[in-house]
Amino acid sequence: MSKGIKKTGVPSWEELKDTSGLPDEKRLEEGPVAFIECVQEIPCNPCELACPSGAITVGRPITNLPRIEGEKCTGCSLCLAACPGLAIFKVHKNYSETTSLVEFPFEFLPLPQECEIVRCVDRYGRFVTEGRVIKVKRLKKYDLTPLITIEVPKIFFSDVRSIEREVCNND
Amino acid sequence: MKYAQVAIIGGGPAGLAAAIEIARGGGQATVMDENHRPGGQLFKQIHKFFGSHEHQAGVRGYAIGEQLLKETSEMGVDVMLNTSVYGIFDNFKIGYIEQKREQLLQAERIILAAGASENTLALPNGTLPGVMGAGAAQTMINVHRVLPGRKIIMVGSGNVGLIVSYQLLQAGADVVALLEAAPEIGGYGVHASKIRRTGVPILTSHTIKEVVGKCQVEGVIVVELDGSMAQKPGSEQFIEADTVCIAVGLNPLTELAWLAGCEFVYIPVLGGNVPRHDTNMETTVKGLYVAGDISGVEEASSALDEGRLAGIACAESLGLYSSGEARQLKAAVWDRLDSLRTGPFGQKRKDAKDKLISTGEGSVL
Repeated sequence: MSKGIKKTGVPSWEELKDTSGLPDEKRLEEGPVAFIECVQEIPCNPCELACPSGAITVGRPITNLPRIEGEKCTGCSLCLAACPGLAIFKVHKNYSETTSLVEFPFEFLPLPQECEIVRCVDRYGRFVTEGRVIKVKRLKKYDLTPLITIEVPKIFFSDVRSIEREVCNND
Repeated sequence: MKYAQVAIIGGGPAGLAAAIEIARGGGQATVMDENHRPGGQLFKQIHKFFGSHEHQAGVRGYAIGEQLLKETSEMGVDVMLNTSVYGIFDNFKIGYIEQKREQLLQAERIILAAGASENTLALPNGTLPGVMGAGAAQTMINVHRVLPGRKIIMVGSGNVGLIVSYQLLQAGADVVALLEAAPEIGGYGVHASKIRRTGVPILTSHTIKEVVGKCQVEGVIVVELDGSMAQKPGSEQFIEADTVCIAVGLNPLTELAWLAGCEFVYIPVLGGNVPRHDTNMETTVKGLYVAGDISGVEEASSALDEGRLAGIACAESLGLYSSGEARQLKAAVWDRLDSLRTGPFGQKRKDAKDKLISTGEGSVL
């Protein structure tokens, strides 16, 4: 089966590593940092403007892929809500000895509750692990894009990218 | 007979942007739209837009629409709603129907910003209730807040198919599969990723063989396609569904431009037959301009900029701007338009637009 975003709708690991959107290994160890999964040159640059610390550069033309400078990223999450493609995540690899935090935009209702145990999925929507909801942020500046933070076993920090969407069937 | 210095036909992003530019230059613009509310498709667009800061990237489509309506009313633009334009006659007399009465309007200049309509797909049983355009489904959920069904099959993986699938999920439906006849996904990967994370399968090289159902859609028979787009025998599978959404492109609404005698060029990338125009968006009929999807199907951000361009050029032709002023204003808009038409997705449209704007290329009808 051929892989990659054009075929599956999911960026392959090779495609992700070819961009400059991912923090390096060292920075990942040091604390929360943005993980930009943007692999196609589309005309778009809100992430660059959203970053208050100048850690993201798109420049001109605006079809350039975003480049992250890990040492400048404070892990503030503003780019996660600003990205129209919902393609930016935040990873805190060493949250505890055994767990990591993954933060992602989630524009579906109902939203999960803090402390709830939820089913976490990967980029293909496949179940990976259960996780605990640490935070549900709905700030005005996010413009209706809630950000969810979940705690997952450390081995899954680069796999988990969302949670299962709940379908309500009450008419 | 009613008079307008500039009559703008179509009150979507292109038409409203054109009207604002004319009013800003001190001219008088009348927007004519058949709907009960201006804004075109913007009020269906609940997602955040791409583009640059100047394109209001990151802002949701309806919010851009609200801003546009506010500017339109602040600038004193005359907007005629529930008004269907049916013809353009000698010396820019516009025939229209308002409140069931046929009337005429005399314009000095005309800007056509009529938009585009969805392509259909001829399918066995494709007339069953439950088969609809993706744009229709989007209107139902985002404007009227009615869910067209619970189990959706989406056909087409361009940005419309991907975005409407996502919005149907947000509205509470399940998208059971997204089919794409081509071997690759047509729209932005990030839009595809959003629906993949919810578990929606995207089947490339697949299409609908037939819709199944007695009185309404009960499912579809899906078939795989080979490299030459022929159906692979034996690959048929039944998928249960109650709604089939068709998102296989748009074609420009050009009837009025044909009536007015514009020269056309056939460019498939832009949706088919499009009126030839110059860098001022002026067609081969002097004083008649086009903007937005009618001049080649793109998206709302480029429609807005094309509308501004047509508005500025039109105002210049009326003596409202000096050529120096106009040149500066137009250059700024062209910069933004060019920035949208770059990269692997935009370049094709840029090449097509360049071909359309230059003379002598393309098959003239």
